[in-house]
Amino acid sequence: MSVVKPKHQRLVLLLFAVSALIGAGLLAAYALRNQAAYFYVPSDLVAKPPEPGRAVRLGGMVQKGSIKTRGDGVTIDFLVGDGKVDVPVRFRGITPELFVEGSGVVAEGRMEGTTFVADNLLAKHDEKYVPREMKDMSKAQAAAVVAETK
Amino acid sequence: MHGFANPARFLRIARWLMPLMLVSGLIMAMGALLYGLLVVPPDRLMGDTVRILFIHVPSAWLGMAGWTTIAVSSIVELVWRHPLAAIAARAAAVPGAVFTAICLATGSIWARPTWGTWWVWDGRLTSFLVLLFLYLGYVALSQAAQRDAAAGSGASRVTAIFGIVGAVNIPIINRSVVWWNSLHQPASISMGKSSIDAAFLYPLLFSALGFTLIFGGVVLARMRMLLADIQTEARLRRKAMA
Repeated sequence: MSVVKPKHQRLVLLLFAVSALIGAGLLAAYALRNQAAYFYVPSDLVAKPPEPGRAVRLGGMVQKGSIKTRGDGVTIDFLVGDGKVDVPVRFRGITPELFVEGSGVVAEGRMEGTTFVADNLLAKHDEKYVPREMKDMSKAQAAAVVAETK
Repeated sequence: MHGFANPARFLRIARWLMPLMLVSGLIMAMGALLYGLLVVPPDRLMGDTVRILFIHVPSAWLGMAGWTTIAVSSIVELVWRHPLAAIAARAAAVPGAVFTAICLATGSIWARPTWGTWWVWDGRLTSFLVLLFLYLGYVALSQAAQRDAAAGSGASRVTAIFGIVGAVNIPIINRSVVWWNSLHQPASISMGKSSIDAAFLYPLLFSALGFTLIFGGVVLARMRMLLADIQTEARLRRKAMA
């Protein structure tokens, strides 16, 4: 008969409890993976279109050169893409400052035919932080500037 | 580890370590924040809004580090019955909650000009708000348990178990931007790689170090306070019995 120290018994019990907890957490997160998404990407929207009129969010990149302002001056049309498909989006109102071509956007609205009509636009910032002076430079140029100022 | 089980020995070290950490942390954090406000160039897209990074990101890290401290200390308390571990877990809760609140507030202020909204219910923001609620629950529970009985009792064990269970949220916060489409951007710094330009990265790391020292100093101060509380109570109880 082996003697287990109470300290070790507690440690083993706790390890079991913690691994069960982590397992439960992972399973819950896995089950939530579709529901907890903040927006649809364009290919989701095209593959499984939500019923027309239902409020959804569409997130993706504003395609370069696609922003066109209509005659009234406040309605814009642009394409939101994810590298596979582009969805045409129409929006009437004031756009956030960071809403630029080639940048991320989340549009709140609904599908009307093949066009996504947005009531609200949120700019999505990426994980890159670059000073203004360096944005137009290539990587090598920027590195040279950094080396110079050091 | 059990070398520090003796509170007297811990207190001797904490007495000089606490002011040292607080003062050096305050100087470093204030220096980094001033540098961030006055010297750092504006970001290509965000402009001057980028300056809030130097307080938002360190508070996010410390909000999560605070709960990690609670969880690790709670495990040490339950398994090894280390007398100071329970104290350390309780001492980390309030500063952790404060940093979590700072992170949520500064993030909201950053989001208004950047995203065009104060708040969205995406995975990252929601899980971080849950962290704040967990902290508030933990503080309430640990105070109720303290009133009931001294550390090491059943009531203190309930607090420790809550500390361990709540740690489930920490990996969820970390992974929320990977698992789910979120408005919050994914991590900029991971495993030695960074997509933050050096002009922002170094002041950010300096600021994080400063705030971490402040956090450590506050935890030590609160541990001393909790130990003094326990001593006073024990002395009063002895007096009442005599």
